[in-house]
Amino acid sequence: MFFEIKDLSIHYSTGGNTFKAVNHIDLSVEKGQTIGLVGETGAGKTSTALGIMNLVPNPPGRIVSGEILLEGKDILKMSKIETRRVRGNRISMIFQDPMTSLNPTITVGEQLSEVIRVHQKASKIEATLKAKEMLETVGISGDRYGEYPHQFSGGMKQRVVISMALACNPELLIADEPTTALDVTIQAQVLELMKKLKNDFDASMLMITHDLGVVAEICDSVAIMYAGEIIEFGSLEDIFDSPSHPYTVLLFGCVPDIDSDVKRLTPIEGLMPDPSRLPEGCHFYPRCPKRIPICAGEAPVNVEIGDGHKVKCFLFGKGAALN
Amino acid sequence: MFAYIAKRLLMMVGVVLGVVFVVFTIMYITPGDPAEIMLGETATYAEKETLREQLGLNEPFLVQFGNYSKNLFLRGDLGISYTTKQSVSSEILERFPTTLMLAVLGVAVAVGIGIPLGIISAIRQYTVFDNISLVLALTGVSMPNFWQGMMMIILFSVWLGWFPSSGFNTPLHWLMPALTIGTSSAAMIMRMTRSSMLEVVRQDYICTARAKGLKESTVIIKHALRNSLIPVITVAGLQFGALLGGSVITESIFSIPGVGKLMVDAVKQRNGPMVQGGVLFTAIIFSFVNLFVDIVYTYIDPRIRSQYSRKAKKGRKAPHE
Repeated sequence: MFFEIKDLSIHYSTGGNTFKAVNHIDLSVEKGQTIGLVGETGAGKTSTALGIMNLVPNPPGRIVSGEILLEGKDILKMSKIETRRVRGNRISMIFQDPMTSLNPTITVGEQLSEVIRVHQKASKIEATLKAKEMLETVGISGDRYGEYPHQFSGGMKQRVVISMALACNPELLIADEPTTALDVTIQAQVLELMKKLKNDFDASMLMITHDLGVVAEICDSVAIMYAGEIIEFGSLEDIFDSPSHPYTVLLFGCVPDIDSDVKRLTPIEGLMPDPSRLPEGCHFYPRCPKRIPICAGEAPVNVEIGDGHKVKCFLFGKGAALN
Repeated sequence: MFAYIAKRLLMMVGVVLGVVFVVFTIMYITPGDPAEIMLGETATYAEKETLREQLGLNEPFLVQFGNYSKNLFLRGDLGISYTTKQSVSSEILERFPTTLMLAVLGVAVAVGIGIPLGIISAIRQYTVFDNISLVLALTGVSMPNFWQGMMMIILFSVWLGWFPSSGFNTPLHWLMPALTIGTSSAAMIMRMTRSSMLEVVRQDYICTARAKGLKESTVIIKHALRNSLIPVITVAGLQFGALLGGSVITESIFSIPGVGKLMVDAVKQRNGPMVQGGVLFTAIIFSFVNLFVDIVYTYIDPRIRSQYSRKAKKGRKAPHE
């Protein structure tokens, strides 16, 4: 396995409260694969991404357990220098908001060539040339190398961010809601571009999003996250054709379908639990329409219900038998 | 950019006119007779009357103001000091280099101590270092200049004999006054740098910089510092401007012949031309420092730069695809 997350937990502590943002998640990515990490706001998606880069802001955040294995080597156990060699080079990240993820006082070109100079033995001139080339790759004229972020539109900024992430030809690209902050028309462009570049650069990708449309567009496999846990994992077909966890089923009920004539969308009742007071047992239990007595007291474990299709729910496996 | 500077210089004319009028009026309505102060209490009424006539003090307000303005704006003449009978401008210019030197040194101390300590206490937030620097900052702000100056004289001049206690001729003379003047500003700049830095390091682009695999020192110095400097420069600029007007207390303690002492003496002696000249001079210098600070902003933040030169790039439309 090329990239693996094992038993990752991330907690944030403030003012005596511990917020369990990520709880014991396992995830693996194969070479060239695109995995979608889907969940509501606050499900722990971004924390997971930051965890992978070992960039969880500490304090207040802390990775309390887990391993993040890049070709068998645990990133969390690497020295500072080794970690830096991974960041931006072997694993790179595209952040959610292009408006704020570029430094306003440094030229776009410098921000781009900087990452090249850090990771590749390139002279300043070589790095500049490479940076201009990268800008062209994402459809921005190399002449704009010396301009500042405020001179670009949102979509262009995000393309700059993408070119920055790809500049060193990373093996894994983490995209944290790369299109959320963009206009719908630009979203499609950016997604198309990412899809193309990912293939051109032969990278794997972890696509974090709450947009199932984006997932359908771009992902091979999907992990559904709820309250810091991955509650269902499967191939795109598994998840879209036979969603199994009640949460996943409800999630699809929230998405309008152009083919069927539905009067109202069905929202999921209730709110995501407070991560400082997660319910005992299954975290989704209080909102779940299919709950059974066992859900309240015991945490469900992963049950494989198909080839690689895993669900964390008592309706399957052990619980199903009890039922 | 040049258009902007020209506009600012034009605005300065307004400042000058305002300052001249306000200061002249205040000096006019302030009680106290310059003639009496100059001649002493023993002078007869006739003597004082003659002097008042000579100085034009018996003219109505508007005439006096008109004469003053005419001399100032048409001939650039600030008048003659009542006490020394020398031209006001030459007296100010004679003392200004010393004040300038003191101000530059004071700000250098403030910035040189304040910014590095501010950065460190921001990146080591809530550590022992941060707490110690908070205590230092509080001490620095709370120590009055006169007390700090005298304590330093006692310690370094009287007991240790390292530095001379008065005068301003050699670098050895400069150190204690510069420290005295710079300490409180250093404390302010330190706290300002810290809070500004703390805000900047939470920004997304700092996370981006770290995610690129940059060294932490590069992240802080190259990516964070510059973005956190705007409020720091503002404070430093204001301090510098204020110091250029002279710092009476420090000048008095260390017997430094600066503008501050000159001005205070002039006020005490109802030396109208001297006060007006000094205030006007300070106001102009202050305006220039402000302009300079605003220009520095544009070097730090390109967004401000592009605001100032809106029409700079023809042919490039608004940044839309």
